[in-house]
Amino acid sequence: MKKLIAMVLALMLALSVCSAFAEEAVTLKIAHIGPTTGAAALYGLATQHGAEIAVDEINAAGGKFTIELINEDDEHNVEKVINAYNAALDAGAQMILGSTTSKPCEAAGAQGYADRVFFLTPSASSTAVIEDKDNVFQVCFTDPNQGSASAQYIADHKLGTKVAVIYNNADVYSTGIRDTFVKKGAELGLEIVSEETFTDETTDFTVQVGKAQEAGAEIVFLPMYYTPASLILKTAADKNYKPIFFGVDGMDGILSVEGFDTSLAEGVMLLTPFVATSEDEKVKSFVAKYQEKFNETPIQFAADAYDGIYILVAAAEKAGITSDMAPEEACDLLIDAMKEIEVTGLTGTMTWDESGAVTKTPMAATIVNGVYVFED
Amino acid sequence: MIFLDNLINGLSLGSIYAIIALGYTMVYGIAKMLNFAHGDVIMVGAYIAFCGLQYWGIPPVFAFLLAMVVCTLLGITIEGLAYRPLRQATSLAVLITAIGMSYLLQNIALMIWGANPKSFPTTFINGASLHLGKINISSATLITILVSIVIMVLLTLFTSKTKLGKAMRCVSEDRGAAELMGINVNRTISLTFAIGSALAAIAGILLCSSYPILQPTTGSMPGIKAFTAAVFGGIGSIPGAMLGGVLLGIIEIFGKAYISTELGDAIVFAVLIIVLLFKPAGLLGKPMREKV
Repeated sequence: MKKLIAMVLALMLALSVCSAFAEEAVTLKIAHIGPTTGAAALYGLATQHGAEIAVDEINAAGGKFTIELINEDDEHNVEKVINAYNAALDAGAQMILGSTTSKPCEAAGAQGYADRVFFLTPSASSTAVIEDKDNVFQVCFTDPNQGSASAQYIADHKLGTKVAVIYNNADVYSTGIRDTFVKKGAELGLEIVSEETFTDETTDFTVQVGKAQEAGAEIVFLPMYYTPASLILKTAADKNYKPIFFGVDGMDGILSVEGFDTSLAEGVMLLTPFVATSEDEKVKSFVAKYQEKFNETPIQFAADAYDGIYILVAAAEKAGITSDMAPEEACDLLIDAMKEIEVTGLTGTMTWDESGAVTKTPMAATIVNGVYVFED
Repeated sequence: MIFLDNLINGLSLGSIYAIIALGYTMVYGIAKMLNFAHGDVIMVGAYIAFCGLQYWGIPPVFAFLLAMVVCTLLGITIEGLAYRPLRQATSLAVLITAIGMSYLLQNIALMIWGANPKSFPTTFINGASLHLGKINISSATLITILVSIVIMVLLTLFTSKTKLGKAMRCVSEDRGAAELMGINVNRTISLTFAIGSALAAIAGILLCSSYPILQPTTGSMPGIKAFTAAVFGGIGSIPGAMLGGVLLGIIEIFGKAYISTELGDAIVFAVLIIVLLFKPAGLLGKPMREKV
């Protein structure tokens, strides 16, 4: 019996090998769009580099798929991203990995919705990115997930009950996370003792930090990118105020700011699905390749984009995408495929529903001696 | 307690605005032009100081002196290359040139230093912050306020006591008459740009010591606010720029603290509009009648 099964298996294997040979090799043209210059360049370069590592791996493995990566810069700007998107399509892109940041991704995704072009964003986490657009999917968790998961994490780990929130009310990323954090926090018995806002041009945070301090907040929740966060940490240090600072994925990268005094970030916690110092084999191999090629340690955005390439390949496989398929044709096939696939990458095991949001469990890391350390 | 804290923060921010506003107001008073590139000279000064501290490891004092020297040369160069040929042109042409120069400086900075924000090293002053009961005054704040007072005193002495300072005031009063009295107008204007730009370097260093994020657009918002301060105090008037700057900083911080953090900037500009409605020449400005 065993022999029979073995023979059947061998036969199937042989057939599948034959069919693999019969199948034409497919070249996927994937465009990475992200800010590789400008204020958010750290993120765009990270996603570009992460994607390049995945592309190198896939091309070197010589499987059914070969990937041609097209890189376009959107400068974290809602107008420039449309130019980048058009340039990507002109260069023959069949699907888009991008955009890296929320606002540009929202703009390009809407254009892609009208044109029927498939988007998988590694790191644009606002709900507006996927809202009312069936063509946009996310690798990272959405902002609501980050806000409510942060509240959940703070409550579960009993980090404190008096919370101050400082957020950028000119940015959908920041306000999106803040909204669900406040809602979930109320359910979990977290008391919001101070809530203050700022805008993109703000450099003076003495008032915002002063109010949090005056209100006696034990935790300061910072749903924002790292640039304002670094100013807040500095202001708090000047005021001799030492609460737990809790950030989200935008905080990732704060340690790479040139000239930044990392001791200011000691003890800062952030929600992140990826930590470069992890013992996981896949992560170790990715980090080693990344360090060798780019001479720096990958941040979460790089891991998201690395996973993004593998997700696109898995979806393309499922959807039966061919080399000469037009983006409009590929779009609907990929949308259907995304709902069926399950991909395990560096950032966890992911599945998708029709909204485009990913399902995976968030984790939090703490900065200790200038590196991220995973809390259980 | 928190009131005093806010007042000190406002004073510190206002002192920085005041130093930047001095650059605007001096140039306006003497060359009768709005030098919109001034905010970007601040940024260049901060970058030079950053390079000195971070890359070349020279002692802070020398890094700051270097920044002042570079900015002074930059100011003179900008004046000589871009503004001097337009001395007889319409004021609109000069204004557009200044805006163009501002973008040019920003983009050159983008080319040289890249777009990634840099964190200005502040460890050289971290040691000495002052803790009075519940109030913590950072050393950067203290130094900012002290430096601005020193600059104000020196500048007042310079313009009232020295020959060069008097020449500057003459040119500001009546350029034609000053020329007839044997004052070298071009050299006086260059000197004004030199002083203004050296002040810009100091302002850049103080700005980045208090708010240590440095990027090519670092100077634009403080530049606009300081310009507002100069107009607020009466453009062309040195004490006006100081008063306007300090008041603007305090209004901004108090507005944020007691009205709304969202409306901080809006309050600043609303105050400007109200003041100009009642005193069109600014707080300390001399009303000028134009003959038709």
